[in-house]
Amino acid sequence: MKFVAVSSCPTGIAHTYMAAEALEQAARAAGHEIVVETQGSAGLNRIPPETIAAADAVIFAADVEVRERARFDGKPLVDVGVKRAISAASDVIEEAERSAVAEPATVAAVGESATAPAAAESADGSTREETATTHAAPADAPGGASPPTKVTAGAGVGTRIRQWLMTGVSYMIPFVAAGGILIALGFMIGGYEITDTELSSVVDDFDVLSSTSWAALFFHVGAASFDFLVPILAGFIAFAIADRPGLAPGIVGGALAVAVDAGFLGGIVAGFVGGFLALWISRIRVGKALRGVMPVVVIPLVATAATGLVMLVLLGGPLSAAADGLEDWLTGLTGSNRILLGALLGLMMAFDMGGPVNKVAYTFATTGLAGAATASGSTSLTIMAAVMAAGMVPPLGLALATVVRKRLFTTAERENGRAAWLLGASFITEGAIPFAAADPLRVIPSIMAGSAVTGALVMGIGNELRAPHGGIWVTGLISQPLLYLLAVAAGAVVAAGCVMALKSLRRAPAMALA
Amino acid sequence: MTDLISPDFVELDLSTDDRHTATRLLAERLFKAGRVTDLDGFLADVRAREEQMPTGLPGGIGIPHAKSAHVVAPTLAFGRSAAGIDFGADDGPAHLIFLIAAPAGGDSEHLQVLAALARRLINQEFKDALLSAPDAATVADIVAREVVPS
Repeated sequence: MKFVAVSSCPTGIAHTYMAAEALEQAARAAGHEIVVETQGSAGLNRIPPETIAAADAVIFAADVEVRERARFDGKPLVDVGVKRAISAASDVIEEAERSAVAEPATVAAVGESATAPAAAESADGSTREETATTHAAPADAPGGASPPTKVTAGAGVGTRIRQWLMTGVSYMIPFVAAGGILIALGFMIGGYEITDTELSSVVDDFDVLSSTSWAALFFHVGAASFDFLVPILAGFIAFAIADRPGLAPGIVGGALAVAVDAGFLGGIVAGFVGGFLALWISRIRVGKALRGVMPVVVIPLVATAATGLVMLVLLGGPLSAAADGLEDWLTGLTGSNRILLGALLGLMMAFDMGGPVNKVAYTFATTGLAGAATASGSTSLTIMAAVMAAGMVPPLGLALATVVRKRLFTTAERENGRAAWLLGASFITEGAIPFAAADPLRVIPSIMAGSAVTGALVMGIGNELRAPHGGIWVTGLISQPLLYLLAVAAGAVVAAGCVMALKSLRRAPAMALA
Repeated sequence: MTDLISPDFVELDLSTDDRHTATRLLAERLFKAGRVTDLDGFLADVRAREEQMPTGLPGGIGIPHAKSAHVVAPTLAFGRSAAGIDFGADDGPAHLIFLIAAPAGGDSEHLQVLAALARRLINQEFKDALLSAPDAATVADIVAREVVPS
């Protein structure tokens, strides 16, 4: 076979050339031809276009962005770190062989770029440190290369699930940060009543000199950004699984998860369902006449419709029934032990952060608040206080953990941790979603523990709150505010402690962001 | 053109198990010979690169390196450690340490020699020869003979 490769590294004086040499030797040993372009300090020896055209597959052994990457579009691509090319060059060559076989280079204008991620599976356990992309560069992408994913060819099932989740999370984080901070600004400037302003009032009556106008603007723009969290998460999980054909079913499935109040866990389901449907459909062999319309029409159409069916009928119905049941049960508990009720509400608030369980707890509190509008000293006000405090804990606890034990978190998570302080303080529980979506089994139990502690403490202390939202910006409306903040801090410490302990048990590899 | 290496840049028995100390011992030799103008400045550049990703590689080698304004000409300092020094490779400590110093403004022709050196580093015979070299002069000879810019 004929391969072309690009090697590059941060300094461009050592690894670049070692990788080139290693790949050349390994390819020769396996009876292949290879031309390696070294993009290093000693200049760039461009591979002639006709050599690229004749190649069966492309290898990127690159730790920095490949220059003029569009030249390689449409070829089966094996993307590994430069170190892996040095230490396991023959494995990399084998991967290139497999992806060339699994997915012959597309010459047609419409690329069948759907099948590579799973197709280029290698039997050997490649090192986890090097993340790699093995999707074909789409031949028909108008802007050249498609967005990066973090999927290692040949990784174990657990690692790949984590990488699919991380891909979704890394594309979601900007929406969390932008939306969360805007909403927090809205609360800071406009108080918690800002949630009552209509979007139309911003459009019709915006007053540059009015702080309320600005607060309403920030709030609504932030809320719009938040509406994308779950669709983007789901869409890019599906994208990591199935490449571009996964995007439409994933994003639409995510939007439906929002519509049926399934929260981010529903979004994760949507991402996996949409991604695997798209992948599966793209593997079906079809006649030549249909092949051209598969990636642009057939796969998105069928996969999106099927994902929609799953989300609305299989998931939506039972979920809605379960939420109703949970609500009735919670209402029945009102007279029981306050502290247990507080702990339970905390568990619920942290479980899915905006999902069905969280919504039941939050609605339970706000409904009580409406009922208690006239009466003072009622338990309803304390329940509201407990629910808000518990909802502040997850982002705060995780932000704390990213500061105390940086190494347990990816770069993207540490960045998100900075925004999470403000989001947690503003009772925007969604600030913890990126952490939870990336590593649900460790993160969710930890934040549930922290929120339960806080919920129980607040019920024990008996703080009262009349506002349904606002975080520390409504401290003035909370009775015994110092004790209240202490309860929040205690829960955050518990959550941070648990998450650090769980993550240390099996240290997850810190993946550098592409 | 200056030589890539001289016997003065070779330390056959590095008496440390710390990579930063090892790097410093080698860099001091380059500083004494005038290849590096500012020892601490150069070490800071090497360290910055090392922190991006450890430079240890499978097969017992470590290649601390940097492009630095404090380097006069492309230069290699070579160290050996029988006990091994951890350079962050997955398969254990490094026994051969190559400190590669590249001038910041070096034109590409100037840097070809370092590219050629890097390519030799994955050659097992080259490494074996360096492992068994009896003295500094032999090391310098091996490098001068084997590393030929293409």
